[in-house]
Order: sequence, then C-alpha cells, then structure tokens
Amino acid sequence: MNERSGGPGRRASIYPSPRRATRGLTAAVAVVLSWTAGIGAGAAEELNALVWCDHTDTALIEPFEKKFGVRVNTKEYEGTGTALSIIEQSRPGDWDIWVIDGVDVPRAIDLGLLATLPADQLPLADVFEQVRMTDVTQRDGKTYAIIEKFGYNTIAYNRAKVDPADMTDIAVMWNEKYKDRIAIYDYYIPVMDMVALGLGMKPNEISDATLPKIRDGLFRMKDVARTVSDVVASQTALATGEVDILIGGGEWAIATLTDENPNFEWVLPEQGGILWAQSLAVFETSRRKDLAVEFVKYVMSPEGQARLATSSCFWGMPANSRAGAHLTDEQKRRLRWDKREEYLANSYRYFIPDAELDAKMLDVWTEMLQH
Amino acid sequence: MTVRRATAVITGTKPGRARQPWVLVLPALLWTALFFVLPLAVMVVHSFWQRQGYRLVREWTLVNYEKFFARSYFLESLINSIEVTALVTVTSVLLAYPLAYVLAEKVPVRWQRTALVLAIVPFWTSYVVRSYSWLLILSESGVISGSLQFLGVVDGPVSLANNRGATVMGFVHFFTMLLTLTIFANLKQLSPNYRRAAADLGAGPVRTFVHVILPLTLPGIMVGAFLTFVLCIGDYITPQILGGNQELLLPQTIMLQIARRSDFPMASAMALVLMIVVSVVYLACARWLRLERA
Repeated sequence: MNERSGGPGRRASIYPSPRRATRGLTAAVAVVLSWTAGIGAGAAEELNALVWCDHTDTALIEPFEKKFGVRVNTKEYEGTGTALSIIEQSRPGDWDIWVIDGVDVPRAIDLGLLATLPADQLPLADVFEQVRMTDVTQRDGKTYAIIEKFGYNTIAYNRAKVDPADMTDIAVMWNEKYKDRIAIYDYYIPVMDMVALGLGMKPNEISDATLPKIRDGLFRMKDVARTVSDVVASQTALATGEVDILIGGGEWAIATLTDENPNFEWVLPEQGGILWAQSLAVFETSRRKDLAVEFVKYVMSPEGQARLATSSCFWGMPANSRAGAHLTDEQKRRLRWDKREEYLANSYRYFIPDAELDAKMLDVWTEMLQH
Repeated sequence: MTVRRATAVITGTKPGRARQPWVLVLPALLWTALFFVLPLAVMVVHSFWQRQGYRLVREWTLVNYEKFFARSYFLESLINSIEVTALVTVTSVLLAYPLAYVLAEKVPVRWQRTALVLAIVPFWTSYVVRSYSWLLILSESGVISGSLQFLGVVDGPVSLANNRGATVMGFVHFFTMLLTLTIFANLKQLSPNYRRAAADLGAGPVRTFVHVILPLTLPGIMVGAFLTFVLCIGDYITPQILGGNQELLLPQTIMLQIARRSDFPMASAMALVLMIVVSVVYLACARWLRLERA
C-alpha cells in the first residue's frame, strides 16, 4: 500500500521524521540566507530613500538612475513619527536618503541620524532666502539638510462655488456662510497655526496661555466644517463637490486636480499663510554617502527641482529659484510663481512647539475631532 | 506502563512517533511566539512606561491608563468604537442570514458556486480602494444622491459621506459578505433529516426555521459575529476615510498617538484597553456557546 492510498499501515509516514524536518528547515534557511545575501550584494548599485510620495515619481527618479547607472529604491511614509519608527526597526546602513519635514531636521540632528552635507557643492545661494532655514538645517556651521521644496497651508477653493473675495480673509474658516462646504486638512500644527492667524496671533504665540483660545477657534471651525480629512480624502471631497473650500490646502492639494477642474484655486489670505518646507538629507549610517550626495545635488539642480515641483503626487514650489526656467507658463500659474515674493513675505513658518506643548496641542486637536 | 507507552499501544504507533505532530506544529508555534506573543509582551511593557518630551522613560507607571480614562475624548473614542461595532455586527448578521439562507436553501446547487463567487468579489479589491470608492458613491455627486434626485425623492444633492452612517455602510458592505460565507457553510452542513423530522412531527416551515434551523445555526452566527466584531473594532481605514473625522474611533486615536507624536506607550495602553474589550466579548461568546452545547 503506498502513501497516497492513506492506508493505516503507512499512516505515520505522512509526518516527516525529525531528521527530515531538520534537513528541510536547514534547506529553507539556506535559501532565505542566500536570497538575503543576494540583496546585500546588489545593494552597492542601489540607493535606499525614505521619502514623501512626490519622490516616487519616475519622471524625477529615472534621469538620475540613468545618469549614474543605479537604482533608487523609495519607501514612502507620512509623518516624521512614522519615519522614526521605520528607522528604529531598520539596521544601520539600510537607508541612504531621507526626505524630512524641514521643522523636524533639528530633532533628527539631535538623534545623530544625519550626515553633514558638502555645502560648497550645493546651490544654497540659489535657494529662496526665506526658505534657506539655516537655523534648522545647519548646526555649528555644518549643513545637515537642504530645503528642496516648499508651499503653503492656506485656503484652497472652487472659484465656481464660492466668492473668491471671501477667500482672502482667513476668517472664512469659521464663516457660517460656508457651513458644511468646508474641509479641514487633518494635521494639527499648520491648522492650529492658521487658527492663530485668524485670531490675530502669530503662530509662535501659541502657548499654554493661548491654547484655550486656539481650542475655541478650532471648535468654531469644526462647527461649520463638513469633514476633517487627510490629503486624499480632502482632494476627493473637493473633486466630488462634497466641499468647496479646503482649510490648510494649497498648491500641493489642488495643482494635480486642476487638469480635471480648472476652477480650483488657492490663495494666501491677507492675514497670511503657513509655510511648509521639506528637506533632503543623507543618513549618517549610509554606506553610499557619495552617491547619496549626488542624488541631493541632482534634486537641487534646476532640472531636478522643476521635476520635483510638478511631481505627479503633489506639487510645490521649488526651493531653487532658478527652476523657473524649466517650468511652463501653466505650471507657473498653478504654483502662483508671480506671487512668490509677496507670498513668502506674508507667510509664517510652522510653529515648532516643545514636546510638552506639542502633546497638549495634539490633545486639543483630538478633543476638536471628537467635538 | 507510562501514559506515552499506553497511548502508543492504543494508537498502534511507536512511542517516538507521538512527537512527530509537534514537529509540524513547531513552525506555527514559533511564528506565533515571535510575531504575536513577543510583540504583545513588548506592547504590555511599553504601556507601563511613558513618553516625556521626546524621551521614552522606562519607569513603571500607570499614567497612560490614567490619562485614557480621565480624558473624556479618549474614553468617547472607545464608546464610539463599541457603538459602531455593535451596530455593524447586528446589521451585518441581519442582512447576511437571509442572504445565506436563500443561497443555501433556495438557489439551485449549480448556481450556488456563481453566487458565492459574486459574494466574495468585493474581497478581491484593495480595502483602501474600496473605502475610497464608497466615498465617491456616497458623496453629493455620487450614485445615491443622483438616483434620489432622479426619482424625485430629494430636490437637491444630498451627501451621505463623512459621518458615522458612512462608516457603518462601508463596514456592513464588507462584513455582510464575510458573514454570508460563514453562515452559508453552517447551513450547508445541516442534515436535511432535521427538516424532515420536524415536518413529520407536524411543524410548518416557519416553526421549523424558528425552532430547528435557527438554533442549530446560532453557533455559526456567533462565530461569524465575533469575527466581525474583532475585525471591525480594530479597523482604522474605514472610519478614517468614510467618517470624515466627525468623531473618532479608538484605532484612529491610537494612530494619532503614533503618527503624530510617536507616543508608543500611550498607543500601547490604548491598544491594550481595546484588546481587553475584545477579550471580554470573546469570553462572553465562548461561555454562551458552552451553555448552548450543554
């Protein structure tokens, strides 16, 4: 009777003997190890980048890959907290490039995660002066990151559905006239900064003492809002006509939607807007620092900057002022290139609270969401 | 004679063979220990530490649990989660049972396979994509609003998105199909002799269903309902996309702690509270099933 017959005489034989099982396990481990080793061997020609989604656009990455004959592996993340978790779970040397929120660079420097960059090889002088942010990207005269792209958390809207004049006043965020026509971008720092502006404060005036006022402002805003949503859900709400205004939105939220509906606009209200800036850095533990620096140089070149600015994931202003030569008129219109100086002058950087105030701000935000 | 030897004599196997099933079970046990028990232990430990500033303070404290129960907005997220999950579970069972019953009892066997494939089609698409699709369907310019306007039920566009109803709808769509499959399997296992015996004893179709079929399928319903409860109460994606943050469910509050502040101790404490709720529900189900069998 053979095994397939399932007869009782051979029933026990369907179980592998311990020796056979051990041999099988060893073989499996060997296969896994050789596969892992293969990855390691090929890694010399690869760069691993922890990025925001705009860096996953092949139109941006491919020219660099072709020029240097390398492969750039990108892993997308949202929020510096998530990135830190990924880094914590990785081995030193796993990552080479990091696209990090400009305001979080000091934190990354404190943690010893960033390598110094050769400032003399980077086009720092061409970067718009207001977004050089050397106070966060440099320490003790050394450069650890470079701002590569920026934009605004401000007011985006559908001009066919609202009065554009109303949008120039930041108080539109709690204007009853637009009740249930407003979406709020679900990120507490910039939106609370905007609420501060709406209350006649500057973002850096947010403190324990002023937090109750901010809380009241948030509650007023929530009362007229239809939704508090992430990027995709906010864009969907605008695109489907669910809402007509996005508080905290800007070029980054609507530029890619404008192909479908040219009525989408964004504006910096008279009271000002909140400037976001993302930066590019190289990991201290990178084993391919020279290549990583080449990548930084490529992204900061006028051509790289134009591609990054108009990435299929989201648009934003290129930090390098010379990128304008590589942008079309329509691209410039969507980015409000003509207003760049005026907008930069009337914008405020993300407020960077200390850890204690940050926790309190998040608690207030949570309370508002539950309101 | 040792127990092992006695077992070997009874089963007709050599003593050494008794160990062999363990060899097969070992990979799964190791996997569970490494990727469930160990992380769970780490989570428990973390929940008793705290984050001060950007530092993790490794000193035993109950501060995270105190915070959770002291702040109404945290506690509300737990209550919201339980309410939504209960609503989804009950609605899904009420929708799934008749569907499974019709499939198992009324649809010809040759069509059952096709019907089951149709039932699982929603599982083939990405969960995230499915949730965003619901957002499109429920929005002002979506299919439902358009249909209601076309039929003259409403004058202008209506939005059903970005609220608890939308979250429940997204969940129910998914879990009704899941429950249909489990209840269908349960119904198919029932011997037709039960029905014949009930008919012999003079019971009509309704009485047979109420007193015979339904009680016999209750364990299947309970298992499906518990599965729905567990998957629903821990889900982050559907309420995040469809709920419009009009209210927070506990998984969303947990994600806020992780994604915005990397506050793993607080998130761990919240996750453990959630786990305790699930455990209590599990124990209640298990006890009920034991009582049923008795």
